Amino acid sequence: MIATIAFYLFAALTIAPAIAVIFARNPVHSVLWLIVAFFNAAGLMLLVGAEFIAMLLVIVYVGAVAVLFLFVVMMLDIDFATLRTGFTRNLPFGIIIALVLVGEVFVAVLSWKAGPALSGHAIPAASQPNIVALGQLLYSRYLFAFELAGLILLVAMVGAIVLTHRGRGDTRTPKVSRQLRRRPGQAIKLLDPGVGEGMRL
Amino acid sequence: MISLSHYLTVAAILFTIGVLGIFLNRRNVILMLMAIELILLAVNINLVAFSAYLGDLTGQVFAMFVLTVAAAEAAIGLAILVIFFRRRGTIAVDAADRMRG
Repeated sequence: MIATIAFYLFAALTIAPAIAVIFARNPVHSVLWLIVAFFNAAGLMLLVGAEFIAMLLVIVYVGAVAVLFLFVVMMLDIDFATLRTGFTRNLPFGIIIALVLVGEVFVAVLSWKAGPALSGHAIPAASQPNIVALGQLLYSRYLFAFELAGLILLVAMVGAIVLTHRGRGDTRTPKVSRQLRRRPGQAIKLLDPGVGEGMRL
Repeated sequence: MISLSHYLTVAAILFTIGVLGIFLNRRNVILMLMAIELILLAVNINLVAFSAYLGDLTGQVFAMFVLTVAAAEAAIGLAILVIFFRRRGTIAVDAADRMRG
């Protein structure tokens, strides 16, 4: 009973802020509504026992991605009023598209028949804690994919830094290519001066 | 009793809201990125719900990978947004015509 109430609460508090995200006039409010939606989606995932993904959602989405969005929205001086010019013009068409899409999804779901594995409606009981089971799976069967995910994050980090890095004009940095092109013949001069000629006083 | 279809319904509604957000905010890249995050959240809810009701953890592993890619995509997207704003002084999508696409 309490699980049912919790599900409907979390579902309503996921969907209503999601609507507020796309309809809010101020993008800062959009980001804040996005955070509310993510918290409640994490609650939805807790209800089915996916504790690790729920915590990951809070840490990664709320702690990193939403803060990044907030940072960019506040840092850039953007005139958001002019960006909303096509909003009301697109609204009827967008609503039609959305209704068609949701209709299609429901037709697909209704024609879908659950197989024997899903016909029992209750969630099967887990033999060990979710995080333990997930860790054992990640570090054995999905090890390669897991490390690939780490590599993707590294590439994204390097890419973001390279894209936004702005070199300062007033610093003197070594020209690496010129340094590497330098050969001993250009750098060293061997001379054999006589006594008293090597130095000019 | 909450069944799998409840979760699928929530995810379908969330997905549709994300698509609608992309349609409505055709000029604002930041809101488009947020709508994409909503779509990926809907996908994650589907993956986790199927994984839980099947008793198979593979779905949750996959949801973690989707989360990883979403984070990387947001970082790169916002970086591109920042340099675009630095060059053009706006983030309107229709101002991005330098490549004559």
